[in-house]
Amino acid sequence: MFLKTITFAGAFALLGSTAIAGCGISGGNVSVLSNDFPAIQAVTSAAAACAGDGVTVETNLTKDHKDIMVAALTANPAQYSSVVVSNSTLVTLMNDGLVRPLDEMVAKHGAALSKSQLITVNGKVMAVAFMANAQHLFSRTDVLEAAGVDGIPATYEDVLAAAEKIRAAGLMDYPVALNTKAGWNLAEEFVNMYMGTGADFFKSGTAEAAVNNENGVATLEMLKSLVAYSNPDYLTYDSNATQAEWEAGNLALATMWGSRGSAVLDDEGSTAEVVSGTVLSAAPTWGNDARPASTLWWDGIAISTNASDEDAEATFVAMMNGISSDVVKANNDAAVWLDGAYMPSPASAGVSSTAAGGAAPYPMLPFMGALHTALGAEITDFLQGSESAKQALADVEAAYTAAAKEQGFLK
Amino acid sequence: MKNRTFFWFILPSLITMLLFIALPIVSVAVQSLHIEHEAVMVEVENCGPFGCKQELQVDVEETAKLKEERPLGQFNGLGTYTNRNHLAFSEIGLAWRSSTGLVDFMSKALNLPFYRALAFTLTYTFVVTPLVIIFGFMIALGVNTLPKRIKGPTIFISLLPMIVTPLIGSLILFWMIDANGILGATLQRIFDDPNLSLKASPALTWIMLMVYGVWHSAPFAFIVFYAGLQTVPADTMEAAMIDGASRWERTRYVVLPHLMPLTVFISLIQLMDNFRVFEPIVSFSAQASATSLSWIIYNDLVGTESQFFGSAGATSVLTIIGVSILLIPVLIRTWRDFNQKVV
Repeated sequence: MFLKTITFAGAFALLGSTAIAGCGISGGNVSVLSNDFPAIQAVTSAAAACAGDGVTVETNLTKDHKDIMVAALTANPAQYSSVVVSNSTLVTLMNDGLVRPLDEMVAKHGAALSKSQLITVNGKVMAVAFMANAQHLFSRTDVLEAAGVDGIPATYEDVLAAAEKIRAAGLMDYPVALNTKAGWNLAEEFVNMYMGTGADFFKSGTAEAAVNNENGVATLEMLKSLVAYSNPDYLTYDSNATQAEWEAGNLALATMWGSRGSAVLDDEGSTAEVVSGTVLSAAPTWGNDARPASTLWWDGIAISTNASDEDAEATFVAMMNGISSDVVKANNDAAVWLDGAYMPSPASAGVSSTAAGGAAPYPMLPFMGALHTALGAEITDFLQGSESAKQALADVEAAYTAAAKEQGFLK
Repeated sequence: MKNRTFFWFILPSLITMLLFIALPIVSVAVQSLHIEHEAVMVEVENCGPFGCKQELQVDVEETAKLKEERPLGQFNGLGTYTNRNHLAFSEIGLAWRSSTGLVDFMSKALNLPFYRALAFTLTYTFVVTPLVIIFGFMIALGVNTLPKRIKGPTIFISLLPMIVTPLIGSLILFWMIDANGILGATLQRIFDDPNLSLKASPALTWIMLMVYGVWHSAPFAFIVFYAGLQTVPADTMEAAMIDGASRWERTRYVVLPHLMPLTVFISLIQLMDNFRVFEPIVSFSAQASATSLSWIIYNDLVGTESQFFGSAGATSVLTIIGVSILLIPVLIRTWRDFNQKVV
């Protein structure tokens, strides 16, 4: 990983001579906080190439960015002039007014951006998105063929039938995996599946949870049918674990993040057999609904309220350099980029077709995080068989209500 | 020592304790009595790469005004303590009235996050603490009889579980007990059951966590007992031998009474430590089957996008109260021993 980062940095240092000329910043301090995966590494290293001539660029790429971002941006001046945000983290920052509107800067420096990249809230641009992500189906076509399954499953019912055939043929005992680690990951699987039904999580116009209904019950039943084909340790499986299991050739059908696609399809960490058999496709639909059971996510750039105007502008320009068409072309397969220069590839086919299939974005609601936490803690009882689906959903709503009251969303 | 001299002597540590122990605890307690301001919501249009949608958002300006007036948030009294995610008074009352029997009531109570965590925390504390003392004592007796030459290396190896960072130690075990790991695969072989998984069943997860707890803490008890064994008076031992006491009788009637104060000390430390069990739950990814009070605090603050400071504060205060209740019997005993000695 370290070596990889160094190579990235080195590559961009070489590109630097042209990049600096393109940055055109007169001065300022740029500091970026973000998640850590290859596409973001590419963006931040390209932004770092703007350093020099009175401009400093610092980056902090960490998986734990969510835990520190609010405290770091509440300080005045803020610890970071920019945070790479997603659907859910932008809302958290906006709840406390920690990120600034970008309309003026977009007008001045954002000529290259397309309108769909602008995240607007109440008419104001609050973030600039540069990539899309979603969980979708990864299939091993060679295993499916050997088990006599025709084509790639398009619905979760097909996934279950295919899994049964693979098991019956004695090819694998546990062919299916989802990111089902208790907590955030498991809750995200519930959200994905529930979104496939098209139902809402809250009573319209209020913060009252509304998941305890027949859609919620059906969602839980479907998850339980799927984990019956997963390794018994499924409640400890996060995205690192599922990727490792996939690369080890232990899985045939898995719902994983699109951002894992390029890592699965590269020639590291796995055998040629697994890589050549792997196909990425849209998230399956289920029930009577045609909407892929997944949530669409974007990653984008937000600028701190508590940074000086000079730093904010320097940061915006540096980050525009980070997401420029040149960077997208050089890292085409690392993500599903929203820039016009992006060329679709096998590694991104899953995310593109999930979006094209009409999957909905993850809800940008200020109280969604509390519901997500409650889901992650309360639905394990049902999956382990110690509780009915109705009871598990009633527990989710009760836990959420208590938490939402503490956060002032409910009285 | 004169009172005045004593006062000046102790002042620096008194100030440090106030600053770094008392004040933070008071601030946690104060925080636990408050909840966030009521959020002023407005419906706005959100647009992005995947289209537009009408959604509720927090009205930042209005909420900022509320925050300016009262920075601590709304005063909620003991509301956070009694809500469902903590002591759950109304849910417990309802469960009591609607239950058909004690078993039914217990299962309803254990469905609430706080009581579920408390059940594991107490079981862990009361299983691991005595086992640590027993194993520690036995290892100490064993090592004490070894020839001098191999004593040093044996002591070092016995201490290893305590030297290894808890997080790393439990992660290594986590990998070893994986279905593909050396311990997990061996167990599957022994029991001839390919579906046997230590991580999947709640009962096995509890046992695994407790085995880890004993493995990790036994060296601490061992080294304390070993030091104590060096101070057993040789005269008494020889007298006992002349009287014809067997090895077991010497241990039971001479060594054990001599080491009693140390046992009290170890129980005190272990009760406190085990009640705060946390690292193994995180590194074993065991939260689906076992949670502890400390884990609830962690879950309120880390991994979620918005932190629940009031909730975390309330659980912290409840943990402090729990530790105090646990320690009362041990402290009373120490106090009695102390008084007897003075008289």
